[in-house]
Amino acid sequence: MTAIPASGERVRTRLPGRKPLVILGERALEILIRLSGFSAIFFVLAIFFFVFREAAPVLFDAEFDAKEFLFSTEWYPTSERNVRYGTWALTFGSVAVTALAMVIAVPFGLGAAIYISEFSGKKQKEILKIVIELLAAIPSVVWGFIGLTVMSKLIVDLTGAPVGVNLLNGGIILALMSIPIIVSIGEDALKAVPDSFREAAEALGATKLQMIRRVLLPAARNGLLAAVLLGVGRAVGETMAVLMATGHAVRIPHGPLDSVRTLTANIAAELGEAAAGSPHYRVLFLTGVLLFVITFVVNLTADMAIRGLRRK
Amino acid sequence: MSEMHHIAISTRALDLWYGSFQALRNINVSIKDGIITSLIGPSGCGKTTLLRCFNRVNERYGNVRTSGTIELLGKNIYDPDISLIELRKSVGMVFQRPNPLPISVYENVVFGLRIHATDGKPHRDELDAAVEKSLTEVGLWKDLKDRLHDRAVGLQLEQQQKLCIARLLPLKPEIILMDEPCSALDVEGTRGIEELMFALKGRYTIVIVTHNMAQARRASDECIFMLLGELIEHTRTGDLFLNPKNPKTAEYIEGRYG
Repeated sequence: MTAIPASGERVRTRLPGRKPLVILGERALEILIRLSGFSAIFFVLAIFFFVFREAAPVLFDAEFDAKEFLFSTEWYPTSERNVRYGTWALTFGSVAVTALAMVIAVPFGLGAAIYISEFSGKKQKEILKIVIELLAAIPSVVWGFIGLTVMSKLIVDLTGAPVGVNLLNGGIILALMSIPIIVSIGEDALKAVPDSFREAAEALGATKLQMIRRVLLPAARNGLLAAVLLGVGRAVGETMAVLMATGHAVRIPHGPLDSVRTLTANIAAELGEAAAGSPHYRVLFLTGVLLFVITFVVNLTADMAIRGLRRK
Repeated sequence: MSEMHHIAISTRALDLWYGSFQALRNINVSIKDGIITSLIGPSGCGKTTLLRCFNRVNERYGNVRTSGTIELLGKNIYDPDISLIELRKSVGMVFQRPNPLPISVYENVVFGLRIHATDGKPHRDELDAAVEKSLTEVGLWKDLKDRLHDRAVGLQLEQQQKLCIARLLPLKPEIILMDEPCSALDVEGTRGIEELMFALKGRYTIVIVTHNMAQARRASDECIFMLLGELIEHTRTGDLFLNPKNPKTAEYIEGRYG
């Protein structure tokens, strides 16, 4: 060190310690954040527990026939002489409506995501994103209303079907409801692909379409898969719109113009009329458990698919 | 110059603007065929911009405007009938950060062949041969021949950068542009890339942008010094470093600014 000039005494600063209150506050905040993280697990378990508790008595009842519950199409919960609780037609209805919705929503949703991320200009991109977010904000009962009135009339006029509220109607409505999710998550996934990949492909002389097909889609496939599966989740769980748009008939559909009923719509329609604690009431809760299991399996496969892809 | 060289790239009165900012001013340069030419100069002097003109990849950003001509392979690349796809096939580019595509090593090398295939799918044997030849040329074949189907982004940086060079070769480019290809690499990696450049020169015209004056000095035949969007001096590398004609060049290579 050089000598300090005599004119000014050099003041040595000391590293200040932190106040105990600050340390304590920081620790409290950390605990709070950790608690909110764990609360998600807690709530899921709690919901499952309460639904299961309502359903348990019937599940462990000696007369309960699990095979009939899962695979019979006979759903007569209020029959005077022969009560039957078969949910196969309902499960099939849920799966069919969701599948049809995805057939429509996946190409449109991913196409829109690719367009917004790769082709649209800055201003157009902003406008499109705002509009799509608006689409996501439309309440499901409004969608159901559209299905019941506008869509149903259109379907009758165009196809000559006897009723307009059917599998096709529900599928289209659900597709419209899941598209905003697929678009916004899909667009995020595409945006996350580093620009250097695009640049590399273009510098090699790839056209835009080649770049999208060979570079962008493989690079973003995990995110795109997640987008599609979130769309599926939305479609499986949706209640009000399908209740209004699918026609509410318990049967295996033979074509898109047949009416169906889904697991969710069935619970919504019947739970209010079943006496609390009655077998019917408990079976409806058991249907809830079934729904829970289905969505759990969808999410789990999604997760495993994404992990599997990542490893590869 | 004693040897007669053909000219690979020549620009005439080239100006370029990013929006209202003029990044290149009246560039007239002739880059000789089959040698390594380096572009040096302080940050923001326009050397990368000039390099990115040669395959027109700087037009990705939308707000770029140019005037003047760039003649390359006997054609002005700003002519309206130019095919960007063919241009980029003949003028390969290596970037600052190694950017292998997020697919396998094998697919990276054959990417060009696949996208430029004119009649149907390229034959498997053809692709296999191209992979072996290209990877051998860049010295990766021995290390990677058993890992061809691994993901390319998992390789070491030096290997990634060599792979980025290897994937240009199946397209038989005339010119290879390198934008600071060693700035993400360590000493060993830098040496590896420089040795590769020496091995490739002659068959390819190489233009390299570098921040590293020592690299320009050891690895290039001719050197172009740029400052504030203008070309200050262009001569043999030895001459530029030993007796620069322009005082601005002299001051830069002495490290007075930069």
